Amino acid sequence: MRWRGLVLHGLLAIAGILCLFPFYWTLVMATNSTSDIYRFPPKFTFGSQFDDNVRAVLENVAFFQSMGNTLVVAVSTTALVLFFDSLAAFTFAKFRFPGRNVLFVILLATMLLPAQLGAVPQFQTMAAFGWVGSLKALIIPAAANAFGIFWLRQYFQNSIHDELVEAATLDGCGFLGVYRHVALPSARPALAFLGIFTFVASWNDYFWPLIVLTNPDHLTLQVALSSLNRSHGVDYSMVMTGALMAMVPLIIVFTIFARQFIKGATEGAIRG
Amino acid sequence: MTLTAAAPPKQAPRTANAGRRRSIWSYWRFYLALSPFYLIFLVFGLYPVASTILLAFQKWDGLGPRTMVGFQNFGFLIEDSTFWLALWNTIVLFFMSTMPTLAIAMALAVMLHSAVRLKGVYRIAYFIPNITSLVAAAIFFAAVFSTNFGLINAALRGLGLPTEDWLGEPWGIKIAISTMIVWQWTGYNTIIYLAGLQAIPTEQYEAAKMDGAGPLRTFFSITLPQLRPVVLFTVIMSTIGGLQTFTEPQVMVGNNGGTGQSGMTVVMYFYNQAFFNNDYGYAGAIALSIFVLVLLFTAINWKLLGGRGRS
Repeated sequence: MRWRGLVLHGLLAIAGILCLFPFYWTLVMATNSTSDIYRFPPKFTFGSQFDDNVRAVLENVAFFQSMGNTLVVAVSTTALVLFFDSLAAFTFAKFRFPGRNVLFVILLATMLLPAQLGAVPQFQTMAAFGWVGSLKALIIPAAANAFGIFWLRQYFQNSIHDELVEAATLDGCGFLGVYRHVALPSARPALAFLGIFTFVASWNDYFWPLIVLTNPDHLTLQVALSSLNRSHGVDYSMVMTGALMAMVPLIIVFTIFARQFIKGATEGAIRG
Repeated sequence: MTLTAAAPPKQAPRTANAGRRRSIWSYWRFYLALSPFYLIFLVFGLYPVASTILLAFQKWDGLGPRTMVGFQNFGFLIEDSTFWLALWNTIVLFFMSTMPTLAIAMALAVMLHSAVRLKGVYRIAYFIPNITSLVAAAIFFAAVFSTNFGLINAALRGLGLPTEDWLGEPWGIKIAISTMIVWQWTGYNTIIYLAGLQAIPTEQYEAAKMDGAGPLRTFFSITLPQLRPVVLFTVIMSTIGGLQTFTEPQVMVGNNGGTGQSGMTVVMYFYNQAFFNNDYGYAGAIALSIFVLVLLFTAINWKLLGGRGRS
């Protein structure tokens, strides 16, 4: 049944091409001029306008500053999430203390709350703290999350034997010592997944930054890109170049870690 | 298995029966380790949502005093045709995007499961749309559906068919938005279903083969029932995400939802009422109704697909 295998791979390949086609087409638009884009039949080859388009993007939006802001937010959020979530997850997974079960049920319940619907009081809180327009407003609320704690806890439960914790304790390791020398090294794959997940989510976040970053000169990449699209919507080749510049760094990071990430993502879904 | 006495308390026992029961203070390290999450949740999770519920029963423009108005905001909501339109748009978009997404994802997962070569490459390719920035993807799809230079219209013209003003008419807008959602989420769900398929024990398939069951019967009598928890997971995730759609229409057709406001979703309406009209009480009522809507849909899914009883 050779033809069956061919049909199978044909269909799978078509799906793969459809998934990746937008990147090719964005690149075509970003390397041509806007008038090329308007041609019929459409031009399917790369042009030579890329430099001009990039220059136009840099003139119209503080691209590197926005990218710097996005990096600051994504890196600090990821670091804080990894630290706070792993510490809490390890505590839940390997120790017993009064109120543990109640606290864990509360943690699970928090995942049901639709955070973006609290945007109005959230904005008032930021105003009271003096954080409106500041990157702190993006980093601090995202510094620990229930999903990460839940996910890492399962990992700790399955991968660290109680005897190991006991042995480390007998060797004179305190709570933080056991966390550092036993928990962290064994959880590296799980931490890698949570790290990439948090980084990607933070990089692509749009709703809350759109609301709280009120200073048009101090934006993250997604908000800057959206405002570029709104104010220069007719210069398509430039807007496409901006979109390309905003997504490519992340695609590169993802492709490097893709295997580990996909493994982590599916394990979480199946076990959860 | 959990440890009972991993970190021996350093302080002397304080209470009379502390010989058997440790004082709660001796666990301070554990509570300290958990405190960041609960502190952040209290300030930036619970307080905003609780305050929003209160807001739904108040009138407030953000500057003046907050006055209690009872159910007045909900009365306005029931009379508000824009709210019902936004609700209708949200639910239609949810069905138009979720059903093709999950159906195609299931088909792809079954095919991928039986393919031997290139599995890893396909998985990465399918996952990439999901990590792509929503804003960039929305800009791209707006270009593909553009009336003047979009690829879709170019293809229609090439075939000698009439072109459409996709982003200028109600159904065109919905088709464009749901196409983008299908593109972004099909691969993700494929990978989840594939993992579910790989977890099904092969003996069951061998038994079915012995009984002479064809591929279709095997799929419906073994594969689907085994995948039920995974399907439930994907349906609930799609529901929670789909009913809160915001970025796709906001970037593609603007804050007002485009022609006839046919791309206006409930979260967009909430955003407009809060941050453009400064009608915070009304926005609170909209937010509360979205929350109820999400709970309702999740409960229906749970009922229909029968969640496993788990503690």
